[in-house]
Amino acid sequence: MNAHARLLGCGKKGMLNMEGTEFNKTKIKVITGNSAAAHGAMLCRPEVLALYPITPQTEVVEEISGFYASGELDAEVVEVEGENSAMNIITAASAAGARAFTATSSYGLVYMYDALLQAAGYRVPIVMVNVNRETPGITAVSSGQQDMISTRDSGWIQIITSSCQEILDSIIMAYRLAEDFDIQVPVMVNYDGFYLSYLAEKVEVPCRADVDGFLAPLKDQPQRPILKPGEPMGFGTHGILEGYLELRYKHSTALERAKVKFDEIDKAFERHFGRSYGGQIDTYRTADADMVLVASGSLSGTAQKVIDLKRDQGLKIGLIRLRMFRPFPRERLIETLRGKKAIGVIDRSICFGWNSGPIYVELRALSPEIGYIPMMSFIDGIANMDVSVANIERMVRILQSASEGDSYQKVTWIGMEEE
Amino acid sequence: MIEVRFHGRGGQGSVVASRILANAFVRENKFGSAFPMFGFERRGAPVTAYGRFDDEPVLEKTQIYYPDCLIVLDSSQRDSPRVYEGLKPNGILILNSTMGPKDPHENLALVAMADATRIAVEEIGLPAPNTGMLGVFAAATGWIKLASILAGLEDYFDGSRLEGNRRCVQRGFEETKSMRL
Repeated sequence: MNAHARLLGCGKKGMLNMEGTEFNKTKIKVITGNSAAAHGAMLCRPEVLALYPITPQTEVVEEISGFYASGELDAEVVEVEGENSAMNIITAASAAGARAFTATSSYGLVYMYDALLQAAGYRVPIVMVNVNRETPGITAVSSGQQDMISTRDSGWIQIITSSCQEILDSIIMAYRLAEDFDIQVPVMVNYDGFYLSYLAEKVEVPCRADVDGFLAPLKDQPQRPILKPGEPMGFGTHGILEGYLELRYKHSTALERAKVKFDEIDKAFERHFGRSYGGQIDTYRTADADMVLVASGSLSGTAQKVIDLKRDQGLKIGLIRLRMFRPFPRERLIETLRGKKAIGVIDRSICFGWNSGPIYVELRALSPEIGYIPMMSFIDGIANMDVSVANIERMVRILQSASEGDSYQKVTWIGMEEE
Repeated sequence: MIEVRFHGRGGQGSVVASRILANAFVRENKFGSAFPMFGFERRGAPVTAYGRFDDEPVLEKTQIYYPDCLIVLDSSQRDSPRVYEGLKPNGILILNSTMGPKDPHENLALVAMADATRIAVEEIGLPAPNTGMLGVFAAATGWIKLASILAGLEDYFDGSRLEGNRRCVQRGFEETKSMRL
């Protein structure tokens, strides 16, 4: 294949490519969350990728390897012996100026923990997919956000997605965010293992020219500091006192800037591709709602169906889908939740020491601004427990009774309730 | 919305079948989503997969409790009460067998069968009844065009395997035996 054909990319016939049929002129594919992630990464033209397989992320590695083998991905793909090396390799590559990518999950994420912190400290603008799965502790090959939550203070930006299309689109947005000159912070794009990693649905795969166009504004920005032969420079090396303090302060304020920046990138994405996800948070029927459910990830779609059901029954209820967990979208959450009568937060992980969900704990910190109203934590969906319509309806019943002034339990472990 | 639950065993192709079906609905400008649920991946272990098909985007990402239709690839599960759990009235069973259930569930209105394993062994040399079963599904339900399933196969197979699976779908469609209850 000549270089030009490879640049255009869209004319190739891949295993899942449906080109040649009427409906594929718009490049519609039916692909899994993992495949959507691989497509998203490939379209951003990463130059260095280091990959190690782990359930339920393995398909990402397989598909990216396929893109590499077919020539669709022109990059250095490093097959490593473990995730710690993967993170170190892409950190170094990014420090040398490359666009870099990796994908992991659960045990893999914690196996690279020191390297993960280092990448953030170095402020390298890498993008990593993390397919949410339970962490070591109780061995479980199953869903749950505990892995992502366990790295929340690593200094990474953390995005949570809830459909295959959103996975693909968020990886493209993640590079715009990570590499923005005013941000320069690594971004972790999360999606639920099992419930999204293996779920196949309709995805519109943008063509290369459109993705190139969307990422092009990054080229107009000042050059970020990169390592070059003969030009020694330190990355994350100011070990003590004021130097350290200054770097931490700059890092933390960069995360604060990332919030509005992410909203702007979402709007730019909509102008470019016609799809929008609301930026830091996505709101559904919240404007006139008395009660609001706060959810994230794949269960949000199910929650949206329940909101419609309850609205039909006359309940004034809405949904906030948290898309950004780090930095925490404080301002937009306060703006949306101020004046509400009751809030229920669904967590797919546990905040040990608080016996409640971590997203709930963070929302509780906003009580002075939101108002001291009933706020409830619902723990569901860990270890492949199915967050069903019936479960969410049960949460809404508890929420409703609390909003009407009945006494309520602050934390409910769905499936562990006393009858 | 149509909700379909697949019951098979690892290696029979239930997951791929559920994806091909979602693909076929999308080809008809509809929406479809499909996902499997299993613990550790291994051949021979029971596998359940879920398919939702609708004119509107499918938002739910939860298991199916009240299916309209069951696709049972593993005939040994034909009389298992677990398979029929939550089946809606006027339910449809698509069964990989020449023999129907002994004591059909009260909500079953239609049983459609073909020996899809035999078809697959003859056409592709593998006991993978998945694509043949989709032919039976198209013939029995009329919810999807045979052509849409056939067209989507190229996204999952190529070469002689693609040709073989096309014949499996076609033969599943033609060899369907339906029984109204």
